[in-house]
Amino acid sequence: MIPTPALEFRPILPEILLCTFAIVGMLYEAFARRPDPVPHLAIAIVGIGPAAVTAYALWDWSGPSYVLGDTVAVDRFSVVSRFVLLGAAFVGCLYYTHYASRDPGSFRGEFYPLTLFATAGMTLITAANDLIVIFLALELLSLSLYVLTGITGRRRASEAAMKYFLLGAFSSAFFLYGVAMAYGAATSTKIVGVAAPGIVQALAGQTGSQALALLAMALLVVGFAFKVSAAPFHMWTPDVYQGAPTPVVAFMGAATKVAAFFALIRVFDVGLQPLTWDWTPVIYGLAVVSIVVGSVVAIAQRDVKRLLAYSSIAHAGFILTGLTAANSTGIGAAMFYLVAYAVVTLGAFGIVMLVSARGEEQTSLDAYAGLARRSPGLAALMTVFLLSLGGIPPTAGFIAKVTVFSAAIGAGNWPLAVVGVVASVVAAYFYVRVIVYMYMREPAEGIESDDGVMPRIAAGVLAAGIVVLGIFPGILTGILEPASIVRW
Amino acid sequence: MIRLPLVLLFSAFLFSTGIYGVLARRNAVMVLMAIELLLNAVNVNLIAFAAELQDITGVVFALFVIAVAAAEVGIGLAIVILLFRNRASINVDEVDLLKW
Repeated sequence: MIPTPALEFRPILPEILLCTFAIVGMLYEAFARRPDPVPHLAIAIVGIGPAAVTAYALWDWSGPSYVLGDTVAVDRFSVVSRFVLLGAAFVGCLYYTHYASRDPGSFRGEFYPLTLFATAGMTLITAANDLIVIFLALELLSLSLYVLTGITGRRRASEAAMKYFLLGAFSSAFFLYGVAMAYGAATSTKIVGVAAPGIVQALAGQTGSQALALLAMALLVVGFAFKVSAAPFHMWTPDVYQGAPTPVVAFMGAATKVAAFFALIRVFDVGLQPLTWDWTPVIYGLAVVSIVVGSVVAIAQRDVKRLLAYSSIAHAGFILTGLTAANSTGIGAAMFYLVAYAVVTLGAFGIVMLVSARGEEQTSLDAYAGLARRSPGLAALMTVFLLSLGGIPPTAGFIAKVTVFSAAIGAGNWPLAVVGVVASVVAAYFYVRVIVYMYMREPAEGIESDDGVMPRIAAGVLAAGIVVLGIFPGILTGILEPASIVRW
Repeated sequence: MIRLPLVLLFSAFLFSTGIYGVLARRNAVMVLMAIELLLNAVNVNLIAFAAELQDITGVVFALFVIAVAAAEVGIGLAIVILLFRNRASINVDEVDLLKW
């Protein structure tokens, strides 16, 4: 007889709402005579808005820290991630609505339900306290993203979907093998056990097999490294970023990284905390390789989407730099970096979508030549985003880089910080090159950029946020400070 | 009573076969089958641990994995069909429009 756990559904209300409205969207797509983007967008917003409200209600949660049979954690850490992820989903839906309006024949209403399902998986993975739930949430978000990647059905998109699927499924299998090993080592899949000892208690008490625990740690690193696109597990990233429709890339690039990193922080900084001395060198190595590979290979790129993909690999390395500190300073730094990165990615891909007025043809660097003359607004916004990606003040990217480097130095990992700073200088070259193209080249003939208003407003708000955070980082750090202490 | 290390070795062998299949096979459907092998190797592990540790969690987890594997194959085959419609081939080596 399996005892029934006490049921407390409030901590997973955001996920319940997202899934409910995803199903409503699917029914609308199935039964409407001519599905239209506007009702789809309305359904998605009706799901995302209340989800954010119910997530906010958890900020001052006074109930138990772990609910639903210790499978879901309730803490401010997960509330922060939910806000970022829901924001990314909202912006992604806005972008797609505009993207579809340019070419009504290519409209696929499934985008909205799939985005909501992916978001539900992402928000759940950051709150999960059980490796089974983490695995299920990981699959929910991955399977939705595979389909989203190929949603236009074009050649490039279908190739990107194929590559993403094969490599993603391969990495999920490694992750799963790691989970099985952790279960064998700890007799439990809970990260923190309240009713019965969880992984962290078993590892701290050394009740299980140490060899299995180390094997589990290595395999979990591989699984997470694939998802956060850290080198040398980054092979899928450039292809998927280039092949997938731009609104999907905006959502996926921002949200997957946030979700996977928050889950990584919970699994490693909480669950595998007794093994800190074993996993820090691994994270250290991944950080170095990612920073170097991302920054160096990006120099050779002529396609802006691929350029941003390699830049995202380098940024994964910077975030890992903060995590090598393995304390709440490092977690806080990584969280700040993730928020800044998510905002910049959403904005930058919004501009990429607007510059490429028809489909996905104009993503090469040449399409950006003379952009400042054709549409000065777009060029100015893109400049803000590129400066933030490069880590140049007064943008949030600068503050983010400073905080992760100081966290790493505080933990004694100054060689890593040196590598990071040198790579940032190298990276400044290819970010500035795009700016040079926009402002100092003659515009090419026959290239028009989109004059959509809604994505422009969204990108403008994101750019304003980047600058405000760059000048007054205290607004965000004040929120992140109480959230960066993950309890066990 | 089968001893645990033997089962773990068997599952590691199964997993390695799957890895070989993913890396060496050129046909996308074959790669999908190799991925199934990977997931089932994990199932063997989970059941072996559950039996050894006298704990129900592993068995429940294996059921979840079976369901997820089915969903994964569904999505995978759909993507393979999409690719076949676009290119009239499902050879993963010929998927080369995107490269650095």
